[in-house]
Amino acid sequence: MMHLTRHPLDVDDLLTEVQGPERGGTCVFTGTVRNDGDVTGIEYSAYEEMAFGEIERILGEAQAQWRDARVMLQHRLGLIPVGEASIAIAAAAPHRDDAFAACRFVIEQVKKRLPVWKKEHHLDGTTAWVDPSGKPVAHGP
Amino acid sequence: MGKVSVRFFARYAELAGCTSSAVNLATPATVADVIARVREVFPGTTALPPQPLAALNLRQVRLDALVNEGDEVALLPPLAGG
Repeated sequence: MMHLTRHPLDVDDLLTEVQGPERGGTCVFTGTVRNDGDVTGIEYSAYEEMAFGEIERILGEAQAQWRDARVMLQHRLGLIPVGEASIAIAAAAPHRDDAFAACRFVIEQVKKRLPVWKKEHHLDGTTAWVDPSGKPVAHGP
Repeated sequence: MGKVSVRFFARYAELAGCTSSAVNLATPATVADVIARVREVFPGTTALPPQPLAALNLRQVRLDALVNEGDEVALLPPLAGG
């Protein structure tokens, strides 16, 4: 499965990657573009070669920590409209505690380590880069 | 003198006016040396923070990491994935 895609995310595809009869608990996290004021969508860009390697390392670390779990993620790039998902993570483990923990670990590491950036698109046609705290940092046409 | 590839992303690409280029400087150097050279070559990048995040050959590194000819240094705005 490609970790980075410019197409809408399909959680069923992720579930197919992680679920199995020996894994009784599955946890799914999706991050969705939020309807914040006049935001119509968020444009995601990435240092794709580095992001791919970083995702592989994060998933490897999760696999090492929860050895019986399976975890997969996809991050969408490009302009994503409000209401559609930018990231989806699925974690399956024999029991729910490990599935929740592995899923949480992966999204928190993504937030800290993935070289991905967001530009908000507004109703009036303006755009603004967003920093990790959610505060716009610069406006453009 | 050695040639080092540089990459700019998101807002930093707008400041630099390009997404990729190269600078010449004495090597081995540090990432901080490369950034100082970038500030000379790309006037818009004087608006970069004093110590931006940086990656060397696809791994995030400290600014004192050693850079050799042919390496790729990327300047990374604050990360905002997810």
